[in-house]
Amino acid sequence: MTSEAKASHPLRGFFGSSAIRRVLLILLLAAIWEGYGRFLGDDLLFPSLSKTVAALFASTESGELPSRLANSLTTLGLGYAAGIALAAILTTLAISTRFGADLLSMLTSMFSPLPAVALLPMAILWFGIGQPAIVFVIMFSVLWVLVLNAQSGFHGVSPALRMTGYNLSLTGWRHVLFILAPAAFPSILSGLKIGWAFAWRTLIAAELVFGASSRSGGLGWFIAEHRNELAIDQVFAGMLVVILVGLLVEIGIFRTIEKVTVIRWGMQRG
Amino acid sequence: MLRSNSRVADMVPAGVVSAPAPLLALRDVTLTYANGGQQIIAAQNISLTVQTGDRIVLLGPSGCGKSTLLKAVGGFIRPAAGSIRLADKPITAPGPDRMMVFQEFDQLLPWKTVLGNVMFPMVASRKFDRKTARERARDIIRRVGLEAFVDAYPHTLSGGMKQRVAIARALVMEPKMLLMDEPFGALDALTRRRMQHELLSLWDDLRFTLIFVTHGIEEGIIIGSRLFVMTPHPGTIHTEINVNAYGDGSRAEPSFGRLAGEIEDLLLERPGMRNGLGYDI
Repeated sequence: MTSEAKASHPLRGFFGSSAIRRVLLILLLAAIWEGYGRFLGDDLLFPSLSKTVAALFASTESGELPSRLANSLTTLGLGYAAGIALAAILTTLAISTRFGADLLSMLTSMFSPLPAVALLPMAILWFGIGQPAIVFVIMFSVLWVLVLNAQSGFHGVSPALRMTGYNLSLTGWRHVLFILAPAAFPSILSGLKIGWAFAWRTLIAAELVFGASSRSGGLGWFIAEHRNELAIDQVFAGMLVVILVGLLVEIGIFRTIEKVTVIRWGMQRG
Repeated sequence: MLRSNSRVADMVPAGVVSAPAPLLALRDVTLTYANGGQQIIAAQNISLTVQTGDRIVLLGPSGCGKSTLLKAVGGFIRPAAGSIRLADKPITAPGPDRMMVFQEFDQLLPWKTVLGNVMFPMVASRKFDRKTARERARDIIRRVGLEAFVDAYPHTLSGGMKQRVAIARALVMEPKMLLMDEPFGALDALTRRRMQHELLSLWDDLRFTLIFVTHGIEEGIIIGSRLFVMTPHPGTIHTEINVNAYGDGSRAEPSFGRLAGEIEDLLLERPGMRNGLGYDI
């Protein structure tokens, strides 16, 4: 009875909700940001939250930030899609032939420790300065983690499930489509999620360093450009957008997909 | 009526009447598997025939080749020697005419509901259209007592319920035979007993042909109509016992206990049992 009384205390329920706790934490961090910015009083070193937000609105209104963001997302989309396509081909090769499997395990262990941005100087030599070079680098950043995850997903399909498929005379692509691919889906999805995070970081880094000449630069270029102009509130605004887009995709897209698929199916804990 | 029947019987050659063509015939089947480049014999010179409606139990300790034998009937393993024929055609590959039920709970598709799982073989094998498949699935799900769970995902079900779905999924295909590989092996003792009872009452309704692999002696006697005791190294059939007289209610009968004890002696190679069992074979 006492525990019931405790559980039903209104404040306990209020703080018990994780959404509310998160909002409170964000408010706290925002207050610290704002307070420290005002205390420092130096907009070149650390602009306050309110100034950053003002800059964010200003550059959104001028259309500069939205077009930069659109450029970034287009580049990212191209690189991500190319990475997925190539990963699909390589994974098919790896699960269907012994040679493909050996080749792939060697390639992944060689290339996955190499940060994709390190390829950018060469990519610029090969493709010239501009979008194609960045697309190539993003593709590279997504590829190995996707392949690694998909491959381990396919290898991890339980023998009973495989035999269930064969029992129904499912062979070849029908076995893959009806049994293997859905069973490997949790792994594939987590590969896509990690790949997205890699791609986003790689994109911003690449634009920041080498996106300079392109008139249609992206978010990274937005940050680099305004740093050169010493418009630090814009730099902060750019970083804030990088964070917000990252969170939005992670929570808005991937978390939603997880909820209606792998969590619902009990293949991954919620 | 009786007269005309006996007359028909008179006209048919005697051999055909006493031994109708078997549904399944294994002749001198030897099964091997590769282990580190070495061929290991899992089962040797197995011969047996199965008639429609038989409940065959393959009973033995691990390593006696009973599961391998079942998988060979399922078409997953090709015999190294001998022949396996189903309805007088050699078995060359797995097929939905021999539906398997495994011990592992993860044989169900976790991304499909109970209804989806039971519909899956009918749709994937293109044997039934979606609408018919749904109706048939609902019927069989009701029959195994899971009508309240049609829309549940497998991970929310208990072990016994998962095995019921697997059995429903297999039976809904109306296979020539149902092949069960220690299907109740991962269940607790009480659930196991209930599942045995339910399997037998399903058999009473549907009269499917069953091959059931187990290492549970009591389970084997209760489930089977014909029980094959297998011994390992290499796997061979030691004895066939007609256990049709024993059912779910036979546990308390003295002869049941005696039979179970004698099979146990045989499997544990206790002295005095080597020269065979004393009942109808």
